Amino acid sequence: MASDADNRGAGEQSTDDFIRGLWKENPVFVQVLGMCPVLAVTNSAMNAIAMGLATLFVLVMSNTVVSLLRRFITKQVRIVTFILIIATFVTVVDYLIAAISIDLHKALGAFISLIVVNCLILGRAEAFASKNTVFRSILDGLGMSIGFAFALFCLGSVREILGNGTLLGANLFHDEFQPWVVMILPSGGFFTLAGWLLLFNKLGQRKVRAQLQRSDSDAELGEEKFA
Amino acid sequence: MSSQSRDNGALAGPVVTAASPWLMYRALVGIGLLCGLLIATVYRVTLPVIEANKAEALERAVFRVLPAARSSVSFAMDADGRFAQLDRGSRRNSGHKADGAASGNRLVYAGYDEQGQLVGLAIEAEGMGYQDLIRILYGYSFDDRAIIGMRVLESRETPGLGDKIEKDATFLANFERLDVSLDNDGAIAHPIEAVKRGEKVSPWQVDAITGATISSHAIADILRRSSIFWIPRVVGRRADFRLPRASHNDAAQ
Repeated sequence: MASDADNRGAGEQSTDDFIRGLWKENPVFVQVLGMCPVLAVTNSAMNAIAMGLATLFVLVMSNTVVSLLRRFITKQVRIVTFILIIATFVTVVDYLIAAISIDLHKALGAFISLIVVNCLILGRAEAFASKNTVFRSILDGLGMSIGFAFALFCLGSVREILGNGTLLGANLFHDEFQPWVVMILPSGGFFTLAGWLLLFNKLGQRKVRAQLQRSDSDAELGEEKFA
Repeated sequence: MSSQSRDNGALAGPVVTAASPWLMYRALVGIGLLCGLLIATVYRVTLPVIEANKAEALERAVFRVLPAARSSVSFAMDADGRFAQLDRGSRRNSGHKADGAASGNRLVYAGYDEQGQLVGLAIEAEGMGYQDLIRILYGYSFDDRAIIGMRVLESRETPGLGDKIEKDATFLANFERLDVSLDNDGAIAHPIEAVKRGEKVSPWQVDAITGATISSHAIADILRRSSIFWIPRVVGRRADFRLPRASHNDAAQ
């Protein structure tokens, strides 16, 4: 795979850095990282978007700084410094959200501060940003956090539609719809996540099967050639 | 991505095997200083905006619980039970503190109409709900001798059930005129009490919400405790809240 990456053009490589997080290695649906905010703040689509944006800011900034300072950070103290950098940007985001809207700050509650312990962010700092250039780290951060925000939105919208009959606050049904209150309670988060994971795993399996079949037929072709 | 980034890491990452303590200190202290500087800067920049937001949110709530009010001034109660006006600056500070753990704040917000006449007082109260502390603001009218509005400032009640205390129109209608008149001894004549929905017969009773019994009883409890404390203390000192002409202009701005 390494030689693959080296052979490809720089443009292709950076697209790959960006795209990877969106779908193939989606932090929530494929890597199943950062479950605390995924389950806790997705009871409405708006909260999900806000949390996604806050995580995007923190992840991109921490990836940038970690990548900038990667030669300066010695191996022994890297986790401490990563956490320090992440915590700094989380505090910054906390102040910024409170300055933008008190109501939003109230709705997200303690979960803004808990971005610090979102393993997705530390994971990207350790696995990617500390080893790659600033540009690639920013792309990776953008891709991963947009994938994360997309997943949060998937959960948040399903939970809001079923649990409240609304999407982004707009009433979707007439009054005859009886909301499933359980969907906006914590247990609804697990149900919805299970549903999405089922869908993603099904899609993933189908792709693997299709690849297997293709390689089988390739092999057959090869054998025919030899024959 | 694993093997690919590991290869890059070997090229770009730190190749130090046994770093000297100096390098570790440099990394930790240097980054610590940078981070501290960044946090302090952002704090300084956002603080005025955040405080203005908080004051505005509180002010909006004051005007919601005292619908006739057009301006408001905050008053603090001193040890002798007298009320003194706070200037704008200190009001912001105390508003900020009130948001934290300091629940012992002795602040009330007086509302005035266009002519500068006292409409009533907005009083903050808090108590335990089903999940967590509920903070509310309610409006008291001297003329009606009743609570004339209530708003939940902060609650973590169950969405869809307990949080109806913030939205349920029938429930909120309880607080359009909730009797807290005093008896001859200067105590609340009829403490506020919660009753089952539809069983409200007296003006001091609160119709609870079916399906949110604990939360709506909690609101009634908070109001009862707070009114027993505050109403006798403010009724006798109504004159304290009259605005002197000079500060009236200031408040109307």
